[in-house]
Amino acid sequence: MSDGTNQRFTETPLVRRKQREERFAQWLFFAMSAAMIVPLLLIVGYLVQRAWPSLSLGFIIDVPVRGMKEGGIWPAFIGTIYLVVLSLAVSAPIGILAAVYLNEYARDNWFNRLINLAVINLAGVPSIVHALFGLGAFVYAARFGYSILSASLTLAIMTLPVIIASTREALASVPRSFREACWNVGATRWQTIKAVVLPNSISGILTGVILQVSRAAGETAPIMFTGAVFFKAVQKGDLFPYNFNEQCMALSMHLYTLSTQVPGVKESIPFATAVVLLGLVLAVNAAAITLRVWLRNRKKW
Amino acid sequence: MSDTPQPSITTRSLNLWYAKFQALIDVSADIKHGLITSLIGPSGCGKTTLLRCFNRVNERYGYVTTTGEIKLLGKNIYDPDVSLVELRKTVGMVFQRPNPLPISVYENVVFGLRIHHERSQLTRAMLDEAVEKALTEVGLWDDLKDRLNARATSLQLEQQQKLCIARLLPLKPEIILMDEPCSALDVEGTRGIEELMFALKGRYTLVVVTHNMSQARRASDECIFMLLGRIIEHSRTEDLFLTPKHPKTAEYIEGRYG
Ligand SMILES: Nc1ncnc2c1ncn2[C@@H]1O[C@H](COP(=O)(O)OP(=O)(O)OP(=O)(O)O)[C@@H](O)[C@H]1O
Ligand SMILES: [Mg+2]
Repeated sequence: MSDGTNQRFTETPLVRRKQREERFAQWLFFAMSAAMIVPLLLIVGYLVQRAWPSLSLGFIIDVPVRGMKEGGIWPAFIGTIYLVVLSLAVSAPIGILAAVYLNEYARDNWFNRLINLAVINLAGVPSIVHALFGLGAFVYAARFGYSILSASLTLAIMTLPVIIASTREALASVPRSFREACWNVGATRWQTIKAVVLPNSISGILTGVILQVSRAAGETAPIMFTGAVFFKAVQKGDLFPYNFNEQCMALSMHLYTLSTQVPGVKESIPFATAVVLLGLVLAVNAAAITLRVWLRNRKKW
Repeated sequence: MSDTPQPSITTRSLNLWYAKFQALIDVSADIKHGLITSLIGPSGCGKTTLLRCFNRVNERYGYVTTTGEIKLLGKNIYDPDVSLVELRKTVGMVFQRPNPLPISVYENVVFGLRIHHERSQLTRAMLDEAVEKALTEVGLWDDLKDRLNARATSLQLEQQQKLCIARLLPLKPEIILMDEPCSALDVEGTRGIEELMFALKGRYTLVVVTHNMSQARRASDECIFMLLGRIIEHSRTEDLFLTPKHPKTAEYIEGRYG
């Protein structure tokens, strides 16, 4: 202990340099996170500002009038809800159960590896390709015609691989030791899944599914090919205006129509439609986050 | 401060809270330089917490509050001019489960050197020498000198734990903290680590948490008994085990609880 004791642990030039690097790295990472938020805020702010004259509850529950140049968006709003709910009602159970099989039961052989590969690649297929597939498979081959059913099934096919992938990730994050503890008291795999695996991964699974809500609500191509129409006469505020074998309007499609196909639309209406679409997605995501926080707080590890 | 040789670690009325829960209560201790001091006490009494105060790792959790004073080698580690980087370089820590990095044995040993030096300051020869010295010191050199490129995680547990100790040495630490370093090891491994502790004693101040009374007894010079966040007794190991001053200490070392 030769050196003066009170100079111990003080910064050396090297430490100072490392600290500068550290601050720079931290700043850089922060800046990148901020760079992600800024455009989002700008987009939302711009949309809301342009949409302001039309935004009201009435805008949502009114029907379009005067050749869609004025009025509200109810048929498209409820149509989007139909499509999203129906498509997720199909893809969520199939996707989650398939992921459970792949993660909990499947052995590591060539067949299952092939399935994995297929899942990953399917998730990357562009939506226009899904649209063509839906057109061929559901509209023509299965004879569902241009309908909500065809469109929802197409959306389901599109969201399925992503749900499988995200669910698998959630399942894989449950520590192996939890499963071993269960097996060691003689629980079957299904009992283990029920008692330990699902309760501890449910928040991750839900997040994955809910993220697909925004995708299903936002995609235009798949539904345009299979079941969405420009216009459909609907009662104001009618909650059940469509049958599954009919075509419907949808927000994304409506937005496209308003901005490119109909001349002389009141300027704020397309923006207000966009805000509603965005608001719908954000509301669903916010609900998902709340649910996740609640579920996570119940989690004991 | 007393007039005996300066202790390595001094704490004065150290209190620590995890949020609302007080895990350390008025802890004052002088841990002597160059000795092996063992920390014993029932589960949850704050041994790990105390150990982790000495290199300020507890602060990583935002909800921890500390009051009081900790002096290492005469320097208050909460002084504003203390650099955590330098502090942790001087105070090494060994964990319950060996945690070698998933890189080669060689790279594990020189990892700290690479972190703490400019690339240009390190020559191959220096690194080679540091590896040989550190591995010799922990008694692994003969076993591993031909396998320096083996993955560290593929070693036996005892070797991994020794490697974790060797990893600290090139940085010339003064204090080595060990949190139940033998609990994942078998009898042979435990003996190996204890022998290593004896070999390191003198040059380094060792603080060892253990649940094993006989280990505390045979492998430490001084012994601190903790209970519910307080230090109950701190004395030479023989004294503590032969003539415990506090009845609780006697009960604990006789195995009546804990
Ligand atoms: N990160 C933490 N957050 C909140 N409380 C903690 C945390 N770590 C420890 N505690 C609490 O502080 C107390 C002391 O814990 P500590 O880990 O120091 O005990 P220990 O003596 O090392 O026990 P063991 O012998 O089991 O390792 C315990 O009651 C524990 O529940
Ligand atoms: Mg502990």
